[in-house]
Parts: sequence; structure tokens; C-alpha cells
Amino acid sequence: MDFQTIIQILDSTVRLATPLLLACLAGLYSERAGIFDIGLEGKMLMAAFASAAVAALTGSVWMGLLAGIASSVALSGLHGLASITFRGNQLISGVAINFLAAGLTVLIAQDLFQQGGRTPPVSFGEGRFAPIELPFAETIATVPFVGPIYAELLSGHSILVYVALLAVPGTWWLLYRTRFGLRLRAVGENPAAVDTAGVSVVGLRYAAVLICGVLCGIAGAYLATALQAGFVKDMTAGRGFIALAALIFAKWRPWHALWACLLFGFLQAIALRYQNIDLGAFVVPVQFMDALPYILTVVILAGFVGKAIPPRAGGEPYVKER
Amino acid sequence: MTIMKKIMGAGAALALSAGAALAEPALIFDLGGKFDKSFNEAAFNGAQRWADETGNTFREIELQSEAQREQALRRFAEAGANPIVMAGFAFADALGQVAGDYPDTSFVIIDMVVDAPNVRSVVFNEHEGSYLVGMMAAKASQSDTVGFIGGMDIPLIRKFACGYAQGVLAVNPDATVIANMTGTTPAAWNDPVKGSELTKAQISQGADVVYAAAGGTGVGVLQTAADEGILSIGVDSNQNYLHPGKVLTSMMKRVDNAVYQAFADGPGLETGFNVMGLANGGVGYALDEHNATLVSDEMQAAVDAASTKIANGELSVHDYMSDDSCPALSF
Repeated sequence: MDFQTIIQILDSTVRLATPLLLACLAGLYSERAGIFDIGLEGKMLMAAFASAAVAALTGSVWMGLLAGIASSVALSGLHGLASITFRGNQLISGVAINFLAAGLTVLIAQDLFQQGGRTPPVSFGEGRFAPIELPFAETIATVPFVGPIYAELLSGHSILVYVALLAVPGTWWLLYRTRFGLRLRAVGENPAAVDTAGVSVVGLRYAAVLICGVLCGIAGAYLATALQAGFVKDMTAGRGFIALAALIFAKWRPWHALWACLLFGFLQAIALRYQNIDLGAFVVPVQFMDALPYILTVVILAGFVGKAIPPRAGGEPYVKER
Repeated sequence: MTIMKKIMGAGAALALSAGAALAEPALIFDLGGKFDKSFNEAAFNGAQRWADETGNTFREIELQSEAQREQALRRFAEAGANPIVMAGFAFADALGQVAGDYPDTSFVIIDMVVDAPNVRSVVFNEHEGSYLVGMMAAKASQSDTVGFIGGMDIPLIRKFACGYAQGVLAVNPDATVIANMTGTTPAAWNDPVKGSELTKAQISQGADVVYAAAGGTGVGVLQTAADEGILSIGVDSNQNYLHPGKVLTSMMKRVDNAVYQAFADGPGLETGFNVMGLANGGVGYALDEHNATLVSDEMQAAVDAASTKIANGELSVHDYMSDDSCPALSF
């Protein structure tokens, strides 16, 4: 494996990890506030559709992004309404959102465009995020070792990739260095204490769920209008669930989430590049590489590599005592 | 009470006979969905062509999950639809269970063989069509490296890959064929993002023509090939128009002809084993205004010559599904 190949695999890793990372951080906000969210997949799918559809109709990628975020936030609001206001079961609400998104996207797309649940393709400059060349990428590219890393690995991604990477320190700062973050974490551990302190549990949880919606919206828009040039039925293909696995793997912490998503993206990139990996003594089949993220998550959950403890009040609706 | 029963019984009998007399044909699409720009859409086009020409109507259903297969079959059969055509290899198990219960209904399954007296099994010689597009890929390639991206890893898709590799090697014995499968679950038919990444990985390994036999995933493959300035080959339906001037050709599998024929034959259609290959226009390659500039006269002449040879039996292309192995490609 030469240097060029490694760069290409890492480049692929960044592209594959970005939607995972955005969805993983989205889940992190929601679950840290005590709202389990297995509807990440559905929200991403809805956002992918809305962004691709609006981008195709208006020709503006930013309108598409806004529409994607808006649709995802709307589903988040629904999840919030069911699980915070009406104290329903959060898992069931999440499953319902996944079903709703899977059906609704294809239905609306078919009604709007008559292309069998697809959106018409968008092109660069007209509704699709173009890759961004970082400054001096051309000039540095010839420098050995550092050049290719900068010019090929770091440069040349769409702006949403950099947004996702910046969201990691942003999330860390918000959760661990602000009053809002402290309260958000507290509401996922012990909402009664937060309530006693005179802070609205319901308000905080809604805020967390809405931030979750925004991040899922960006993830969906990245899939449909940056990586691809349109929406295809079920195009998230389980990424929302891998993001959930990454969240557990990261033990609900932002920096760990970055590494977990990069690791999962890397495993996918390896699996895509090499069908079967020949280690001399035995051959690792590609199916094993595909399954590895889930296997690793189970290992973590089983407590072999440190314990993964979810937020204590996660999954429980808060009932104010009277 | 007894009179009531009699009246209701007579009503039910009347309804049943009315249903049987109508005998609308029915078409069941597979999970890829009716408008997948590929396999299912070809099936729909065939049915639509029949409806337009005869002025009759047909019934159809798009499945949402595996569990609906048998249910959909039984419901159409109970409702008196005849013949019932199902597009997809995955119906084999369900049809095997259902066919015996409705001996008066004719079933047609595409892409799979079900052995029952009232079933017509239509299979295509995809390896022959893939052989032809493989020849074109080898002729169009500058780097002597071409790619294949399959959807779900099943023997049928390996059959495509194997025929393709044989065609490539027939033109250029030194060429390299990189073959990848998208996944091992049905989700692999609808993952354009993964299709894109696979295409990029193959391009970085030198491929400059990529053949996608992957349903909805192929949309991502063709898109990325167009973005990166290499050629791609579509599958099942004619996909040349998706990226004019960037899609070398499409391996046409005339599912539409199979459906059209079944509908035209009507309820008492001839059952049994039905092979559609190069000889009877079941498979082929697409040539239209979108790829006319890409296909040279020499290329076309060579492919047409091979096509004739395969059709009259002078040249035989190995079928992966005959012995689960491929002389030209290892998976």
C-alpha cells in the first residue's frame, strides 16, 4: 500500500464520516438531554429529500440547505411533542419518524417530479455544493508528504464537511463551557434537580431536540446535494443507525464522537477499496468489515473497553411532582 | 336465516365469477420500486405498452417489504387477476408456495426458475449482453483497466460481472477488471453514496470505464463517473440519456418485452422455461443519439460480429450461474 493509496482511502474516510459525524452529534445533543432518538435516520432522509427537491426547484443550494434543515427540525418538533409534551415512548416515536420519512419522501417526490420518487439531478452552480479548494492548495501540492495531505485530503471537500468538523469543538464548548451546556447535561442526568433550581426542563429538552434537527438537516443536505446530485429513495441506507452506534462507541462525548465516526468511516473506506483483505494466513471477507462497526459497538456495550454509561434520565419522560 | 345465507352465497359467487371474467393481468414490482430507471421501470414500460396498444388495463403493486410478497400474490390471485407477472428473482420462494393453490391462474416470474405447471419462468442471458458491453468497455478504455460495480452480492449479479469480464478479456487479454459489490443486503440496491465511493476507489486504481449493475446505487456510479470525467455503462433500461456523452452504452435487458409478451399471451399462456438471449432480442446494448459520438464504427462492427456469433452458437459465453464459478474473474 503506497502513500497515494493511503491518502485516497483517508479522503474517502472524510467523505463517508461526515454524515455520520453530523448525525452522531445530533444524537449527542438529544440524548444528553435525556431524549433517546432513533429517528436520526428518518430526519436525515427527510432532509436529504427536502434539500434536493428545493435545490432542484430553485437552483439555489442554500435554499436547499435551509429547506433540509427546516424539514428535519419539523420532524424533531414532532418527536419533541410526542416524547416531551405528551410523555410518549421515545423509541416508538423515533421508529414512527423513520417510517414516516421513508414513505413521505417518496410520495412527495413522485407527486412533484413524476420520476419515481427521485428528484431531478442538480449540477454545480445550480443547487449542488461544489468542492472548496483551500488557499494555496495548488502551490503546496508539489511539496512531498505535506503537499498531498493538504491538497488532496484536507482541501477539495464541500463546505459542509468543514462545518461538520467545526461542529465538534463547537459542541464541546457549548456542552462543557457554557451555562446552557451544564443545564443540558443535567437535564439528562437528573431533571428533578434542574427543575428544583427553577430552570424549565421542557424548554431545555426542546432546545436539545431542535439542535438535533438542525444537525440532521445538514447531514441530509450533505448526502443529497454535496455527495450526490439528487435524492434517491432510502438513500441514507442505515447511516442514522451507524451514527447511533458511533454515539454509544463514543460514550456520548463530542471528541470521542469525532474519532468514532472517523473510525467507522475508515472501516467503510477500507471495505470499499479492498473487497477481500488477504492477510497471508487468512482472508478477511468484505462482509466482516461491513459488520465491524456494529461488532465494536457490542464489544463496548458489553463493557470490555471501559463502560459506556448512557445519560441516567435517558428515555424517561419527566413528570413534575405535584 | 337460510335464505339470507343463500342470497349472500349467490352474491359471493357472482362477485367471484365477475372477477374471473375480467381477468385483468397484474404486475408486481420488486423492492427497487416502479420507477428505478432500471429493472422495474422496464417491466412497467412493457406493461404500459401493452395497455396503450390494446386499450385494456392492468393491476400493479409496489412492494414495501419482504413480507408482502406472498400476500400480494395471493391477493391478486384471489381477485382473479390472470396472468400475474412478478419482476424479480426474490419472488421464487413465495411463488413456490402460492402457485399450487391457484392452479387456474398463470404466473410469470422473471429472473428465476420456479418449477410448477402453471408458471412461466423467464430468464435472461445477461452474461451475453454483458459480454458485448465488456468488449465496448475494453475498446473505449485508455488505461486498460475497467471497473464493475454490482449491487447486492448474489449469483445473478456475478453473472453480469463474469460475462463483462469475459468480453473485456476477449478484446484485450492484458486488461484488468476491478469488480466490487456494494453490499450483501437489499439496502445495497439503494445506496448511491456508496456507489460513488466505490467508483472513486476504482478510478484511483486506474479504471476509466465503469459498468454498474446495481439498481438505484447505479445512479451514484453514473453520476460520479460523469463528475470525474470517465465513461460509465448503464444497465437493464437504456440509461444513456442520464448523462449524455458520458455513458458509453447500456446493457439492455428487455424485461419490457417479457412483460409485454406475457400480457399479450393472456390467461392461458404457455408455461415452462423461457430463455431470452441475444438470439431472440432478450438482451443487447443501447445505441442512441446520446452515445453516438462515443461508439466508433469499428467498435460497433466488432460488437455486432460477436453478437451474431453468440446468437448462432459459434461463440459461447460462460454463465456464472451454471456452475458458480467464473474463468475470467475471481470474486
